[in-house]
Amino acid sequence: MSIFRKKGRSGEKIETQWSTAMRNFRKDKMALTGIAIFVIILIVALVQTMLNPKGWSTLTTDFAKPPSWHHPFGTTDSGLDLMSGCLKGALQDLIIAVIVSTMALVIGTAVGAVAGYFGGLLDSVLMRVVDLLLVVPLLTILIVMSNIFSSGGGSPLAIALLIGFLSWTYISRLVRAEFLALRERPFVEASIALGASSWRVITRHLIPNAIGVIMVNTTLTVAGAILLESTLSYLGLGIVPPAVSLGMLVQDGQGSATTSPWQFFFPAGLLLIIVLCVFVIGDGMQAAFDPRNARRRK
Amino acid sequence: MAQPVVSVKGLEVSFATEGGMLNAVRGLTFELAEQEVLGIVGESGSGKSVTALALIGLLPKTAVVKGSVEIDGEEIVGRAEKDMYKMRGSKIAMIFQDPMTSLNPVYTIGWQIIEAVRSHGKVSKDEAKVRAIELLRLSGIPRPEAALDSYPHEFSGGMRQRVVIAIAMANSPRVMLADEPTTALDVTVQAQVLLSLQSALEKTKAALVLVTHDLGVVAGMANRVIVMYAGRVVEFANVDELFYRPSMPYTHGLLGAIPSHAEDSDERLSQIPGAPPTMLNHAGGCPFAPRCPLAQDVCRSTEPALEPVATADGSVHLSACHFRDEVSSMPVASMFKGAEQILEGAEDSGH
Amino acid sequence: MVAYSGDPLFPLKMNPLTPPATIKIREHDLFLDHSLPWRYWHWFSGLFHGNFGLDLSNNPVRPQLFLHMGVTLRMVVLAFVLAVIIAVSLGVLSALKRGGLIDRGITFTTFFFLATPVFVTGLFLKFYLAIPLDKYFGRQILATNGAQSPLASGSFLHRLPDLAAHFTLPTITLILAVFSSWTIYQRSSILETMNMDHVMLARSKGISPRRVLRRHILRNALIPIITVLALDFAGLLGGAVVTETVYSWNGLGRWFLGGASNIDLNVTLAYLLFTAVLVIMFNLLADIAYGFLDPRIRYR
Ligand SMILES: Nc1ncnc2c1ncn2[C@@H]1O[C@H](COP(=O)(O)OP(=O)(O)OP(=O)(O)O)[C@@H](O)[C@H]1O
Ligand SMILES: [Mg+2]
Repeated sequence: MSIFRKKGRSGEKIETQWSTAMRNFRKDKMALTGIAIFVIILIVALVQTMLNPKGWSTLTTDFAKPPSWHHPFGTTDSGLDLMSGCLKGALQDLIIAVIVSTMALVIGTAVGAVAGYFGGLLDSVLMRVVDLLLVVPLLTILIVMSNIFSSGGGSPLAIALLIGFLSWTYISRLVRAEFLALRERPFVEASIALGASSWRVITRHLIPNAIGVIMVNTTLTVAGAILLESTLSYLGLGIVPPAVSLGMLVQDGQGSATTSPWQFFFPAGLLLIIVLCVFVIGDGMQAAFDPRNARRRK
Repeated sequence: MAQPVVSVKGLEVSFATEGGMLNAVRGLTFELAEQEVLGIVGESGSGKSVTALALIGLLPKTAVVKGSVEIDGEEIVGRAEKDMYKMRGSKIAMIFQDPMTSLNPVYTIGWQIIEAVRSHGKVSKDEAKVRAIELLRLSGIPRPEAALDSYPHEFSGGMRQRVVIAIAMANSPRVMLADEPTTALDVTVQAQVLLSLQSALEKTKAALVLVTHDLGVVAGMANRVIVMYAGRVVEFANVDELFYRPSMPYTHGLLGAIPSHAEDSDERLSQIPGAPPTMLNHAGGCPFAPRCPLAQDVCRSTEPALEPVATADGSVHLSACHFRDEVSSMPVASMFKGAEQILEGAEDSGH
Repeated sequence: MVAYSGDPLFPLKMNPLTPPATIKIREHDLFLDHSLPWRYWHWFSGLFHGNFGLDLSNNPVRPQLFLHMGVTLRMVVLAFVLAVIIAVSLGVLSALKRGGLIDRGITFTTFFFLATPVFVTGLFLKFYLAIPLDKYFGRQILATNGAQSPLASGSFLHRLPDLAAHFTLPTITLILAVFSSWTIYQRSSILETMNMDHVMLARSKGISPRRVLRRHILRNALIPIITVLALDFAGLLGGAVVTETVYSWNGLGRWFLGGASNIDLNVTLAYLLFTAVLVIMFNLLADIAYGFLDPRIRYR
């Protein structure tokens, strides 16, 4: 009898965890501001890119013009409208980030779940792989791989897959740790004792209870992916024209940074604002799910 | 009664939370003389720990404390930290619930006791060491000299709790607070730890405030008992009176829970949902009414005052129940069955 | 953490990857006509004799590695030490002033730099601090190119001002790249420790608030950050690659970038080996420090 009651409890826990988290999050002004700015940038970027798809490829004779009504972000040395470029680049970065974080979410959760749930040899093997990936800086591996696979610069999809393929280690470690702790909990032990299948225990009990950790870190992976992609692009190893990303624009603009600073500030600033928004949203989620371990305040 | 070493009058503690004011303790009054033991019982969240922390001035800054707490004639409420810290250890000391976490893992046992000894008055290192060995011996640690150089993680829970007791009595405080000192321990070592607590009391002649879920411990050690519910004292009596003539249905429930569920009684009781809300927005009425088998309309509308029940020996016995006299004449055992079912019912409807 | 002492063979994993056709002519020189295990063995046995092989222009890799290593290590170590000191101090300050203006300022700053890519920080300091400053004073205050002036010579002391001018900005850039997450971590470590049971017991003993802070809160809150430092050290090396690029340093990072873009296997492998060894060494150091600070580990 007590087993069933406890099972009920676990369901209740998920319910309340979600609703408390949502309630906390809705009160978090910082995080809401972050979402608002993020969404505005996204919409503007979408609309602009749809209305004016050629904005970034139409050459004009306005070379390196400062911001004006006609070119709100100014123009580049080669006479391109910087606002079109920035927004297109931002969109590109976000698309890459979504692919990367989805991959990290899926691979990281799967690996972490398997390692944490089954333990033993499988766990050791998987965690050694993770260790290997952590011994050498992610950026360094990416530099090597991007040179080998796309000879220094490639399609956005290739870059996204490359980053995604290497970005899941962090989530997998956290999910594993969470699973190890959850496994000891009575409601999990009870349902294992009752003969529930591993799949069922993992999907019904463990993942829902680890949802906070998973969501927070998937969000943070979005920020990490944008930073990585822009760094690769800055090093000339990211995506190549005609595609455009914010990191690439910064790289292009640096030569004129002293003479026409807008070429540096608009792409760099937009990049910073987007990543900052994502961090603030992620932190807000962390605070909502786990107020005691929130990084900020209290 | 001799001059009281602790005197608490109308103690109230509240926390400003996002959901409004949380009144963790609402009006607590008692006095204790040397070597007297006051037991405080009540389910989880009823304000026991908050009470203990208020007495030693260790509540977080977010707590608002009202009323008066005098230790050895000195007022504690409202005292600034720079005056307060010197009273800790020397006038009032505390033993915490979980010995596994209450010692600092990075220092040796000896270091931590000597730090306590030397923090009050000028004591040389060597003298402090001798004193530390004596304290460890008093609290029942075998081979105290060797224990000095051990780290907490090398000790079992029971041993660590004895170290904490040694630290608490290091400066012969007038009052000791013990917040569930045996809850985290194996049943087998609980008795030993209580024994060293008792010898610490004899040695220091301190008064003891003993917070516990375990009515057996109360029966064995306490002179008087406070039963708390939702931040309020709902019953106060000498220990014999409380056990033989409980005058509040909630106390009946607690007492009824001992014999058959000695093992998991506190876990069960602590899991009853529905208690906390009354602490946030107190709507009036008896806070126990929703779970009380005897509840009438009056219980739901008016909160009963804490008033005396007639006693045979003339001792003070207070109860916060509209039907205190009826309840006090009910046999303890009969009440238990009913209460048990009611507790179950409350739990199920809580979803 | 011992787990990180992982696998010094990791770089070899890069070995089996085939370079593009453009350099196929040189297959023979580069032993590409041999089987993978043979190449693997050849490189590895050379390594045991301290031989890192030749780069694509037939220059031995080893002297280049050591030449560039000095420059990079100096910057990385300096930045690391300073960043730890800054992060720990700010984290402690921010935790102690929790909720106040200082705390908010620090928190905002850390979030800001967390969101700023290393190259943006570097470029900003270069173009909007160093260059205007140099222009204003009409001479070089802060250098933005290279690890030292090409013509600098003489004793270390003689070169010190020149070195300082060259080191300042890259070091600051690298510090700004890593201090944020450490500050945030240190802050929450302090806050967590503050509410621990053993701190309550320490306070209940009647020792002074100052002593509680120093001996019980700070002492204990310094332990967990070691793990984070060790974990992030690899990231610091990644940041060094970018920093060297921004300031045109002839360090290991740029050397490696060049090697990687030419698919120069021996250069790439040498660099990967270097980072792996450094990260592993650093993790060992962290393990030792951990054992030193935490008796629970020491006795295990
Ligand atoms: N720092 C705090 N801030 C806000 N509320 C608090 C704080 N400390 C305690 N409370 C609240 O005060 C109430 C009483 O808590 P207390 O710890 O005294 O319960 P307790 O009787 O000791 O329970 P237990 O048996 O579980 O130890 C609880 O509702 C708790 O949530
Ligand atoms: Mg308590």
